[in-house]
Amino acid sequence: MTTGVERVPTGAATAPAFDAERVRADFPLLGRSMRGKSLVYLDNAATSQKPRHVIDAIHRFYETLNANVHRGVYQLSEEATTAYEWGRAMVARYLNAPSPAEVVFVRGATEGINLVASAFGRSRLEAGDEVLVTAMEHHSNIVPWQLVCEERGAKLRVLPMDTRGALVLDHLPGLLTKRTKIVAVVHVSNSLGTINDVQTIITAAHERGIPVLVDGAQAAPHGPVDVQALDCDFYAVSGHKMFGPTGIGALYGKRALLEALPPYQGGGEMIASVTFEKTTYAPLPMKFEAGTPNIEGAVGLGAAVDYLRGLDWTAVATHERDLLAYAESRLREIPGVRLIGTAPTKASVVSFVLEGVHPHDIGTIADQDGVAIRTGHHCTQPVMDFFGVPATARASFTFYNTRDDVDRLAASVWKARELFGA
Amino acid sequence: MTDLRELYQQVILDHNRSPRNFRQVPNANHTADGDNPLCGDRITVWVRVDGDVVDDIGFQGTGCAISQASASLMTTAVKGKPVADAERLFAAFHAMVTGAGEPDRATLGKLLAFAGVREFPARVKCANLPWHTLHAALRDTTEPVTTE
Repeated sequence: MTTGVERVPTGAATAPAFDAERVRADFPLLGRSMRGKSLVYLDNAATSQKPRHVIDAIHRFYETLNANVHRGVYQLSEEATTAYEWGRAMVARYLNAPSPAEVVFVRGATEGINLVASAFGRSRLEAGDEVLVTAMEHHSNIVPWQLVCEERGAKLRVLPMDTRGALVLDHLPGLLTKRTKIVAVVHVSNSLGTINDVQTIITAAHERGIPVLVDGAQAAPHGPVDVQALDCDFYAVSGHKMFGPTGIGALYGKRALLEALPPYQGGGEMIASVTFEKTTYAPLPMKFEAGTPNIEGAVGLGAAVDYLRGLDWTAVATHERDLLAYAESRLREIPGVRLIGTAPTKASVVSFVLEGVHPHDIGTIADQDGVAIRTGHHCTQPVMDFFGVPATARASFTFYNTRDDVDRLAASVWKARELFGA
Repeated sequence: MTDLRELYQQVILDHNRSPRNFRQVPNANHTADGDNPLCGDRITVWVRVDGDVVDDIGFQGTGCAISQASASLMTTAVKGKPVADAERLFAAFHAMVTGAGEPDRATLGKLLAFAGVREFPARVKCANLPWHTLHAALRDTTEPVTTE
């Protein structure tokens, strides 16, 4: 790699205790103030902040490498292509994909799922077939399947969850029928934080010859993924949630499946030859990448993975578990707070409601204190309906958050309670 | 807390806690639904117009304090008033929360409690939703209203 984007990130903590303060210094935005206070950013499940490593890589790309990829005979285009493909190779390593050819660049997890729903649905779904999703899917893992089910006359079925927000796996065998053609399941729930036992779901589905797509948008930011160990057939991630830029994501797919599927979109870049009678398609992964791709995004995502690979993930996991436990305990101290999502295995996401105070009002009050949290239905309306709430307030933590951030959040919630006389 | 007290004035907190006219109106001859799907705020407004007067008005819905209090205060402000006055209030209210010039104090009266909303751009749509829904009801618009 000649772009110089590879380096050891300064925040690469290797000590057993995670040094969040040191990592924070890698993220320029975290240093800014908000409404006269230091910013507390707790909306990482919506999008993460970017390390300088990523910002610099994009900057450097435009200053030294910009050209279109996979078509120029000149040196600059070759260098741009190398940088773009380096991004792909980095993502493949992060997901432990057997080959970069099995990693397709997309706009984000949403487009990755749409790609599979469309290409798989159009070629494999027939009237009466079934697609199985779960009760805690993000709208992006519901609507694409609904669209293709409607088109093909197939049925969308739903694996239920319990009142803690954990999937009821006992119901799985009954829902994997002879008509089930694909299972689409979220790895980590964005609104509940639940970490799903996707391994069990994949094994059960494979016993019946059913492929499984995993929506990994909320899992990948919490550590490297091993798609080979999971043995999933598709795995979708969003770059901007894993400290890379927006507008780029990746879809891993098993080679045999990707090769068998028809293209998603037509255009330049994805073809081998075109005549008005017949077009043949480019080999993987280009077959699924019509048009000039998001080159800066691929380079930025590669840099994000490069940064993440420098982190001590065991220490990160301990740190995030501590933040989750601390946040849950601080919030539970506040009378009237009810946590939404209390599954036994959770990522560092805390959804909650406060009696007598609507989540949007909590959001506004927290914002006045410089605390950024998400409020609303989090694109999971079926989850809100299940818990009988119109919306929740959600704090989502990542490795650069601290216990101080949790204290600031708790103080804002106390203030909301006081202001509303709840 | 100063800025927050500007937004969450006592009258707003009070109407949020105990919304007035939170009911369907018997024999309503105008109704409309308002929905801010991104927020999750939902409201239905029922109006009975007799001649050219808002004889009765009620609403039901879910949402934040700003949207609930706005709906509640709206019903108390327009009840018994000519339809033309209700529309004038709508225009004055809309201008106030979007920061279009100085609020029309004489017209707005109690509704001035929402003057602080203009400092919170993300919440303007919450305050406006009930009014836009009333406006749609009076014009018998069948499509759901949104301010997002």
